[in-house]
Amino acid sequence: MKRMYYIFTPGKLKRKENTVFYVPFKNVEPQDDENLQNEVLLSVDSDMAESLPTNKIVLPVQDIDSFYIMTEASFNTKFLDFCSANKIPIHFFNYYGFYSGTYYPKEYLLSGSLLVNQVKHYSSISKRLEIARKFIEGAAFNLSKNLKYYNTRNKDLQAQIDTMEGLAMDIPSATSIEQLMGIEGNIRKVYYTGFEEILGKEFELISRKYNPPSNPLNALISFSNMMVYTTVLSEIYRTQLNPTISFLHEPGDRRFSLALDIAEIFKPLFADRLIFKMINNRQIQTKDFESRLNGYYLKDTARKAFVQEYDEKLKTTIKHRKLQKEISYRRIIRLECYKLIKHLIGDTEYEPFKIWW
Amino acid sequence: MHITGTQLNYFFVCKRKLWLFANHIQCEQESDLVLQGKIMHENSYSYEKKEYEFEGIKVDWLDLNNKVIHEVKKSDKVEEAHLWQLKYYLYYFRKNNIGEFTGEINYPKLRKKEQVMLTDDDVVYIEKIIDEIEVVKNLPFAPKVEKPMKICKKCSYNDLCWV
Repeated sequence: MKRMYYIFTPGKLKRKENTVFYVPFKNVEPQDDENLQNEVLLSVDSDMAESLPTNKIVLPVQDIDSFYIMTEASFNTKFLDFCSANKIPIHFFNYYGFYSGTYYPKEYLLSGSLLVNQVKHYSSISKRLEIARKFIEGAAFNLSKNLKYYNTRNKDLQAQIDTMEGLAMDIPSATSIEQLMGIEGNIRKVYYTGFEEILGKEFELISRKYNPPSNPLNALISFSNMMVYTTVLSEIYRTQLNPTISFLHEPGDRRFSLALDIAEIFKPLFADRLIFKMINNRQIQTKDFESRLNGYYLKDTARKAFVQEYDEKLKTTIKHRKLQKEISYRRIIRLECYKLIKHLIGDTEYEPFKIWW
Repeated sequence: MHITGTQLNYFFVCKRKLWLFANHIQCEQESDLVLQGKIMHENSYSYEKKEYEFEGIKVDWLDLNNKVIHEVKKSDKVEEAHLWQLKYYLYYFRKNNIGEFTGEINYPKLRKKEQVMLTDDDVVYIEKIIDEIEVVKNLPFAPKVEKPMKICKKCSYNDLCWV
């Protein structure tokens, strides 16, 4: 099974014959801003960086699924070309942990007939609604599943669960995408009111804010959601689905909106569950955030801790009832893509993933 | 549209697989099994192997001196499919005036080989199959398989078909 590689230490990624070398610039303390600045400057001149006393880490290319660049890194076009040849997407996050973009290598799994069908399902409003409804249905189910989990563990979330399930009753009769989005928004609003009950007063959410995150919990939610989005995107890349043609979200010019669609279903499981777990276990605390320019950011160390747990989570295996075999959580995302493909080619009607355990 | 050797092979293995493959829906092959096959393919007989590509036909290993088309396979399962795939190459070579060749299936892991000839009956049969493949490829939807077959387990489409 290929792995996702997360780069947290500033360094240089380079191609060496048929392998990737990762060369840390130096043993820099990530917290040490001034040092980091110097290293960043050094990275401009690759020869200088190479002359530093460094240890290189060899990454076998067969083993790399994708890269997450969470820090300052340098590389050249030869490296990007090598990643393309080996079908390795690279996701970039900036200094504050905000997603800045993905290097999405040239598509290699193309199916004209599937693309035509994908577009048809977008342009026919009834076909589009059918899929969008399923996405919301799956998301709503998994959101209330999360609250139910805590409801049986000494938290009182019954009111939220009832309201959410009431709201979800309107999904089948929704007649427009806007209406569906509205239902989803309302369900999430209720869902987020449950966070205080689950997490205690220390992490108040008040309201979900994005740009910039208005409090620590918002910062954490944003970061974790982007992790899910990028994971979904990597999985879409390994199928014939076109990542820009979406059904729930408007196909965007600047983002891979199909990844946003599918991520809705998985955020409760991969992002929120981890947030609950890590805050309740005090693996992430308010001191792990810093406030800058009226927004909050997750510190580097906590980000690393989160990513570690996230990666563990994706590797966790579970028995798939229909396939009758052990699969990883991450594989569930790919299977979701396959189910969508089967729907689009008129093979089997799509049913969204619902947490079954 | 040309019929490829792989398509002919899939016709014998599974019509659904043929349809999906012909519509360019392939499953990303990540299993160790597939990697193993790929490495074996790349490394076996590499000293004498020469790949030739014709329209839709990719011959692993062509011995021009002795006029033999070789096909390298991992196991002798799904034998019928291998056999007809190779016969199809012989047919293709004859039809396109590339020459009269004979075939040989090589199983490096089993240290085994098998001679293959193209008879007149084979030609009739292959032409019938070609028509049938066209029919399957042009179906509006993928043919259904009622329940998992024995061969599904090792098929790269397993997860897609049965999820």
